[in-house]
Amino acid sequence: MATQGATLRSKQELIEKMSKPEVITGSEILLRSLVLEGVECVFGYPGGAVLYIYDAMHGFDDFHHILTRHEQGAIHAADGYARASGKVGVCIATSGPGATNLVTGIATAFMDSVPLVVITGNVVQSAIGTDAFQEADIVGITMPITKHSYLVRNVEDLPRVIHEAFHIANTGRKGPVLIDIPKDVSAAKTLFKPATGEVSMRGYNPTVAPKKQQVDKMLKAIEEAERPLILAGGGVVYSGAHEELLEFATKTGIPVVTTLLGLGGFPSGNDLWVGMPGMHGAYASNKAIQDSDLLINIGARFDDRVTMKLDGFAPKAKIVHIDIDPAEIGKNVPTDVPIVGDVKSVLQVANAEARPASKAGAWREQVTAWKTEFPLSYVDSDAELKPQWVIEMLHETTNGEAIVTTDVGQHQMWAAQYYKFNQPRSFVTSGGLGTMGFGFPSAIGAQMANPDRVVVSINGDGGMQMCAQELAICSINNIPVKVAIINNQVLGMVRQWQEIIYDNRYSHIDLAGSPDFVKLAEAYGVKGFRATNKEEAREAWEAALRHPGPAVVEFVVRKGENVYPMVTQGNTIDEMILGDAE
Amino acid sequence: MKKHTLAILVNDQPGVLQRVSGLFGRRGFNIESITVGSSEEAGLSRMVIVTSGDDNTLEQITKQLYKLIDVIKVVDVSSSPMVARELALIKVGAEPAARPEVLGVVETFRAAVVDIGPSSLIVQVVGDTEKIDAMIELLKPYGIRELTRTGVTAMIRGAGK
Repeated sequence: MATQGATLRSKQELIEKMSKPEVITGSEILLRSLVLEGVECVFGYPGGAVLYIYDAMHGFDDFHHILTRHEQGAIHAADGYARASGKVGVCIATSGPGATNLVTGIATAFMDSVPLVVITGNVVQSAIGTDAFQEADIVGITMPITKHSYLVRNVEDLPRVIHEAFHIANTGRKGPVLIDIPKDVSAAKTLFKPATGEVSMRGYNPTVAPKKQQVDKMLKAIEEAERPLILAGGGVVYSGAHEELLEFATKTGIPVVTTLLGLGGFPSGNDLWVGMPGMHGAYASNKAIQDSDLLINIGARFDDRVTMKLDGFAPKAKIVHIDIDPAEIGKNVPTDVPIVGDVKSVLQVANAEARPASKAGAWREQVTAWKTEFPLSYVDSDAELKPQWVIEMLHETTNGEAIVTTDVGQHQMWAAQYYKFNQPRSFVTSGGLGTMGFGFPSAIGAQMANPDRVVVSINGDGGMQMCAQELAICSINNIPVKVAIINNQVLGMVRQWQEIIYDNRYSHIDLAGSPDFVKLAEAYGVKGFRATNKEEAREAWEAALRHPGPAVVEFVVRKGENVYPMVTQGNTIDEMILGDAE
Repeated sequence: MKKHTLAILVNDQPGVLQRVSGLFGRRGFNIESITVGSSEEAGLSRMVIVTSGDDNTLEQITKQLYKLIDVIKVVDVSSSPMVARELALIKVGAEPAARPEVLGVVETFRAAVVDIGPSSLIVQVVGDTEKIDAMIELLKPYGIRELTRTGVTAMIRGAGK
């Protein structure tokens, strides 16, 4: 990456250069405005409707532009960049198919509240509505999956629109904002007046500071509770509240379960950490939720994969729900103490007066006992490579300090279960939408945002083939992502459901015909390894870690392995199948 | 299922109707009628939507609407004493011989005849939904050839906003 050599220039100089009031094109306004918003890296793919923008980018080196090999790769990379850094991810695509190729990525970011600014070109305004070549109503198509969107009709509006878009994307409940720029607007010239300072929009004023009396109600409930539990979600990570959460849990002595997106928001090494709850949650986590008499939801949205059967979820608990999005409170689970606000602000207010949950001593022991008695477990084997073992080995060899991205399916759940996260923004995964093809390109973005950290991308043999083409950009830009492919030669999670729920009727899950992943990597100029047993696995993985550039390691694992515990649909979360090791 | 009449103040931007109606559609909220027009403030429009659902649904509708950047304010007009009106145009069959009878109905409802054709009349009626329903029932025997209704627009009574 150092080869791209961002021009070293003081920030102030750069701002002055970018802010210079000159008559320039909409395309140049876009680039300058992006720099003024602090953008350092953009993922994109050119095409007819964005040619003026790419023309303006010729020789422009005030941010990196990574040319992906598919627009889907671009947006997932921007997403990974945003999740791993907390900054806004940016991607650019052309009109029509370029724009529609972004749709899955936009929906992915929307479901998980990831701040993105998505820039699409469109046909010239006079052609809009005529079914012109490469025309698509991308604003209309993405309306349900964006936080907001703009179709820019006047070049004079561009600076304001871009400034607003970054503000909307990265405040309140974060999310993707789309800016659609017709080709004539990117070509038109005007005097550039940068939009800076506070954004004032009448229809957009997220509540950050909580109502004190609501926080007091929560603190009072904690004093009275005998079996309190914290359910921490992605909101903790997104608001940067991991330290506040640790302080809150420590002061009150309340055990913590973290959702899939909340992993890393609370250190898994801490005694108060119980595990992940939900469909593939740990026994202790699910049991603790069901038995709790006070459930404090901090920045989670009571997703159905966490609650499972709603009627019967946390039946004995008084519910406190802290969320920046008031619409989440009471949406799925009736709430006794709603607290609208930014998680960090809420916890700061709470921490000032938080006292130990004095009646919860026996409860803490009970939760710990569950955790000890029913830990996550699997039957290991020396004859076959077990995927869970592979994840544990990845954890061990990276000291648990890597940024881990995953695709979707069994390997995702094993990564969530067995890679014990201790830091926020270390786990990048598509939780809400469950997007296959996300794992690998998101790692590229995560690595761009964190050049000095080890980034491990864990994928299945299915999902890896949904965006494998982006190996090219790792190779060309020397982006040293370490890709682990957990190859069980099958669509594992579908296989598991077909086994357990559909009575062993295995339908269209066999991935025979997959490429030789080592050769595939090498075809792109990326180092490839294969391992079929523990010894090879460790050796190959350590070699991959030592290798200075990108590397792919294919772990050939047992085909029939299932993810446990498992709660099947229609059951409450304490009705778990504990699995092979039961 | 209670009926609710919501007045939604929105930015007068292209696509805002699509944003609002799309939200109702994708979240499974019902729209019985929808009207849009300018408001007392330049740049802002007011939509009036009649919807139905329990209190939780109404709360979700309100909260989800507020998430739209172009939505400035949502008021449940029906939670206070309100004036709610719609307008209907009814083209009713009326040979000259039948006209006095039809005109009798029109007069009773304080409606108006706004067009007279060789064998039909267009009746314009303004009122709350029940009144218009009743008017339509009474005109049915004469043969309703065409019917169009604006949907409800509404306002809270009294000086307060």
